[in-house]
Amino acid sequence: MPVKQFREAIREAMVEEMRKDESIIIMGEEVAEYNGAYKVTQGMLDEFGGKRIIDTPISELGFAGIGAGAAMNGLRPIIEFMTFNFALVGIDQILNNAAKIRYMSGGQISFPMVFRGPNASAGQLGATHSVAFESLYGHFPGLKVMYPSEPYDAKGLLKTAIRDNDPVIFLESEQMYAMKQEMPDEEYTIPLGVGKIKREGKDVTIVAHGKMYHVAKQAAEQLAKDGVEAEIIDPRTMKPFDFKMVIESVKKTNRCVIVDESHPFAGMASEIGFIIQRDAFDYLDAPVLRVCLPDVPAPFAKNLFEKWLPSPKEIIDAVNAVTYRN
Amino acid sequence: MAILIDMPKLSDTMEEGIIAKWNVKEGDKVSSGDIIAEVETDKATMDVEVFDSGTVLKIIAQEGDSVPLGGKMAIIGEEGEDISEMLGDGGNSSASSKEDKKSSDEKSSAKEEKDEEFDPLFGELEKDSKGSEKEKADSEDSGSRVRISPLARKMADDQGISISDLKGKGSGPNGRITKKDVESFEKPEAATSQKSDEKDAAPEPAAKTKSAPAPGAYEDVPVSQMRKAIARRLGESKFTNPHFYETIDIDMKNAIELRKTFNALPDVKVSFNDLVVKACAVSLRRHQKVNSSWMGDFIRKHKEVHVAVAVAIEDGLVTPVIRNTDSKGLTEIGAEVRDLAAKARDKKLQPDQMEGSTFTISNLGMFGIEEFTAIINPPNACILAVGAIREVPVVEDGQVVPGNRMKVTLSSDHRVVDGASAAEFLQTLKGLLENPMSMML
Repeated sequence: MPVKQFREAIREAMVEEMRKDESIIIMGEEVAEYNGAYKVTQGMLDEFGGKRIIDTPISELGFAGIGAGAAMNGLRPIIEFMTFNFALVGIDQILNNAAKIRYMSGGQISFPMVFRGPNASAGQLGATHSVAFESLYGHFPGLKVMYPSEPYDAKGLLKTAIRDNDPVIFLESEQMYAMKQEMPDEEYTIPLGVGKIKREGKDVTIVAHGKMYHVAKQAAEQLAKDGVEAEIIDPRTMKPFDFKMVIESVKKTNRCVIVDESHPFAGMASEIGFIIQRDAFDYLDAPVLRVCLPDVPAPFAKNLFEKWLPSPKEIIDAVNAVTYRN
Repeated sequence: MAILIDMPKLSDTMEEGIIAKWNVKEGDKVSSGDIIAEVETDKATMDVEVFDSGTVLKIIAQEGDSVPLGGKMAIIGEEGEDISEMLGDGGNSSASSKEDKKSSDEKSSAKEEKDEEFDPLFGELEKDSKGSEKEKADSEDSGSRVRISPLARKMADDQGISISDLKGKGSGPNGRITKKDVESFEKPEAATSQKSDEKDAAPEPAAKTKSAPAPGAYEDVPVSQMRKAIARRLGESKFTNPHFYETIDIDMKNAIELRKTFNALPDVKVSFNDLVVKACAVSLRRHQKVNSSWMGDFIRKHKEVHVAVAVAIEDGLVTPVIRNTDSKGLTEIGAEVRDLAAKARDKKLQPDQMEGSTFTISNLGMFGIEEFTAIINPPNACILAVGAIREVPVVEDGQVVPGNRMKVTLSSDHRVVDGASAAEFLQTLKGLLENPMSMML
C-alpha cells in the first residue's frame, strides 16, 4: 500500500468527495492561491477553480457565517481555520447558528458542513495558539467532533464528516500533518463514533485521542518492557464517543488511565471517567486516573512547556499507580 | 575559511527537515542568494538559500536524509581547503540518523528522531516526574472503614468471602483491598478443614514444602471459577468413586459407509460423534443400570436418557446436555451438539443446559488419541472415552485386510455398575455402531 502523509490523506478525502458532489466548497484563509497554510489544499484551486476553493480575508466570523448560510441554502461547505485558536473569533456562528438552528427550526434546516483545521499545541507557540478544543465543542449539542490520530483514520473520518448532514468539527494537528502511514487505494469510510483498539493488553486500559495517542503508544512500549501490557483505545470520534468499547476494555483490565490534551476541569477525561465509574463500577480495581494539562495556559518557555504537556513518563506513573506497582 | 551550511528553521514548528533535492553537487560554485536545496518541513517543501559564495566542498546530508534543526547539510569554502576537522562528528550524526530511520521504517516519520534532546510531541522518557498534576483519589484515614476496590468487593461477594475477613489484608494505598488480595485470600474454614484432612492422609503434601525457585522461573496464574469447579468436582469423583475401566474395539466400516450415505444427502451433516451419541443413547435405554446414579443410601435409575458431551473451551471444559437423547434423530443430535458447543465456546451456556445429565461422552478422536480413560462426571455412573478411528490391518475370513477400528473405554462407578453390566452395555454399543442401520429400528 502506498505511504501517505496526514495532509495528503485529508486532501484526498476532500478531493474525492468534491469530484462526486458539486455542492461541496472550501473556504478559508490561504486555501486557494497559496495552496493552504499547511499545504492541505495543495492543487485544489487548479482542479476545482475559484468558485469552489475560496480564499477569504482574515475574518473568521465572516467566513464561518457565510459557510453556515451556504449550508442552510443547500451547499456543503468545508470551512478551514488556519488553527482552531482563530475559530474563537467566529465561534458564535458555529455554536449559535450551525449547531442550533436545525433544532430551533424543528428540523427544517440542516447544516451539512465541516469546520476543520489544526487543534491543540504545536510546540512553543504561546498560550493563545495552543488550545485543545475538543472538550469545548463536544459540550454543545448539535455538533459532532472528530480528532483522528493517524492518516488512515483521518481520511475515512473526513469523508464521513463531509457526507454527514450535520455540522462536524474536524480537528487536526500541525505536528501530525507530516506523519505518514500506509493507505489503501480503494475507497473506505470510518463510521462516526466507533473507536479502535490500537494495542491490545490485559493490564490497563489507556484511552488516548488525537496527538496524545502517540504519547500513549510510546508509554505503552516502555511499559511492555516492564511486563505491563496496556490496551490503547483511540476513540477517533470525540462526540459521539465510543463508550461501549472503553467499558468493555475496562471490564477486562479493571483499570483505566485517560490521556487528554485538555485542561483538567470539565475536560474530555472528566466525561470519560464519569461514564466508566457509572457503567463499570463493579469492575474497577483502582480509581480511574487521567494525564492531562495542568489548569494553566500554555507557557512559551521551553522548559515550562515541556512540563506542561502530557509525557510518556506521566502516563507510566499513572499506570503504575492504578496497577499498584509503585 | 570554510562555512558550514546547517538546517535552517523554515517554519515555526519544524524540528527537522528532510532533504528533498540538492540543486548543487560537490565542486559546484555558488554565490550568495543561490537556492542550493529544497527541504521538506512539517509544513511544506521550502527552498534553502545560501548566504555566502564559494565552492561546494562536501554534501553531508544526502537526498532523503532527515536532518535536525542546526544539523549539518553541506560545507562551502575555497577549493582545496582542508575540511576534515569540520566533517568530524557531522558526517557521523547524519549517517546514524539515517540508519535509525531505516530500522524503524514502519513507525511514523515524526518518531524517527529518537535521540532529539526534546520533542514537544513525543516528549522524553528520562524526564523528571512532574508531580504537579498528580491526582489523588485516596481520602485521608477514616477509622475502621474497610477500604476495598469495587472489583475486589464484587469478587469477595461472588466467592462468599466476608469483607471483614479481608480486613487488614489490603496491599493497595492506605491498605485498600484489591483484586490481587482477594485472589490470594484463603478462606479460613477451608484452610482448617484441609489441615485436618491432611493429618489423616498423606504425611507431608508436596505443595506445602516450600522450595524457592528463582524469580521469573515460574508464572502464578490465578485459578478461574471454572478451574475451581473442575478441581473440586473431578477431584471428588476420582478420589471417592471406585472407578473401573473396560475398553472395547469397534469395527467402524459400516458406520463410515452409512455416514457417507447420509452426508451425500442435501443439507445433512452427520459426524461420527453424532453416531456415537445416538448409539450410546439407544444402549442406555437397554441397559438402565448404566443410566443410574449413586445416591448414598440408594441407587437412582433414570427413566430418561440425557447424554452430556464434553466440550473443550479456553481454560477448561464444560458438559452441555442433550436432553432425551434417545428420542432424537442423528441430525437433531448433531445440530444440538454444534449449537451447544458454540455457545460453550462463547461462554453463553445457561446453567440448566449443563445440568441433569445421566451419562457423559468425552471424545478425543479428533486429536488422534487412540484410547484414554475419563473421570466420571458426577452424579453419572459412567462416562465413555472415545478414541480415534484408525486404519489398521484386520483379519477377515483368514485374510489380512485394511480395516477401520475405534476404541472406546467406559469408566464405571463400581458402587452402581459391575464389570459384567458394563461389558453388556459395551457389547450393545459395539453392535449398534458395527451395524448402525439397527439403530433405525
